[in-house]
Amino acid sequence: MESKINHQLHNGGKINKILFFNLLMGSIGVYLWWTIYHILPDLSKWLTYNLLPVKVGSHLGSSVEFFFYDTPKVMMLLFLVVFGVGVIRSFFTPEKTRAFLSGKSEFVGNIFAALLGIITPFCSCSAVPLFIGFVTAGVPLGVTFSFLIGAPMVNEIALGLLYGLLGWKVAAIYMGTGLFIAIFAGWVIGRLKLENHVEEWVTQANAANLTMEEEKLTWNDRLVYGWDAVKEIIGRVWIYVIIGIAVGAGIHGFVPEGVMASIMGKDSWWSVPLSIVIGVPMYSNAAGIIPVVEALLGKGAALGSVLAFMMSVIALSLPEMVILRKVLKPKLIVVFVGVVASGILFVGYLFNMIL
Amino acid sequence: MEIKVLGPGCAKCKKTEKLVREVINETGVDAVVEKVNDMMQIASYGVFGTPSVIVDGEVKCTGKVPKKADIKNWLLK
Repeated sequence: MESKINHQLHNGGKINKILFFNLLMGSIGVYLWWTIYHILPDLSKWLTYNLLPVKVGSHLGSSVEFFFYDTPKVMMLLFLVVFGVGVIRSFFTPEKTRAFLSGKSEFVGNIFAALLGIITPFCSCSAVPLFIGFVTAGVPLGVTFSFLIGAPMVNEIALGLLYGLLGWKVAAIYMGTGLFIAIFAGWVIGRLKLENHVEEWVTQANAANLTMEEEKLTWNDRLVYGWDAVKEIIGRVWIYVIIGIAVGAGIHGFVPEGVMASIMGKDSWWSVPLSIVIGVPMYSNAAGIIPVVEALLGKGAALGSVLAFMMSVIALSLPEMVILRKVLKPKLIVVFVGVVASGILFVGYLFNMIL
Repeated sequence: MEIKVLGPGCAKCKKTEKLVREVINETGVDAVVEKVNDMMQIASYGVFGTPSVIVDGEVKCTGKVPKKADIKNWLLK
């Protein structure tokens, strides 16, 4: 014990030096980031019209300029948001979240579950083990669903992209309504008392009593954690962002103004349900779909319909249902889809009405 | 030594398995690696984040790709 303390004291100076170095590099990085971000509009114009043989005001020109401006801008914002959320996430683990949620009452539990879904590190491929771990540890079924709906829908990638492409208002609306749907859908599923529609083997699984020693993280470790998140997430999504922006750029330059108004406009009652139905079989993540959505909005699609489309693509996907079928009986899957779809429908109509 | 890598087969799980095998080759530790894909089996270990690594029945890490240095520690201990 004593030698351990001595050891830590001895290392203290070294760790502080590393932290100082990281903070210094960080400050230089932030300054560079800020400068580049502010010259991007001019840089993209210059790149498009001086280096490439395209004319100002042409369809192609407007597409290319859009692409050269939005790609670096979105990447830079993603970088910042993913790093920030990564550092916050280093304070949370699924184990801690579970322990916190297992004692909560239903309604309050739903709210916390949806919020914790944003900041608990968890990969969508471990949805099933996580579901089992939560349910067997006494987290109510509805609260577990709030977590599982909130986690993929409201995330740092969606936030960074929406802020970058559509501004903070749309980003805030998406966050708020996404959380609302996660809380509402989880609460309804909890009220319906469907516990007996979980596959039997789940409740027999012995997932409740794992104790692992918790790692002690220094601030330096947390910065590294954030940096690892940047490498991992941006390494995974950059290609979707570029494809999404390229498709968006094509729509931006070549699709006539107002053409989306007839399909995804606010005047036709069927535009919201249609957007949801189109969204379900599309399996994309926030990174790929948001640049397309931005372009659709520019061509006269209504915000409510677009929100519904985006949420349906992200939160209701066929592959996820196939995975969840392992732990849920068909009736519970139908209820899950039905309740989430109703929430999305409500959000879609609401924003088509008030905006 | 018996090592199990738990994970349904996402990119992170495959990377973890690869790292574990690399460390075994590099260190020459006598160990058998098994990849567990079945959800029921994964759940029976009590873990709820994948990928997870289990060495001789003891859960070493859950929910993330472990660092090579960490794997080395588990194997050489």
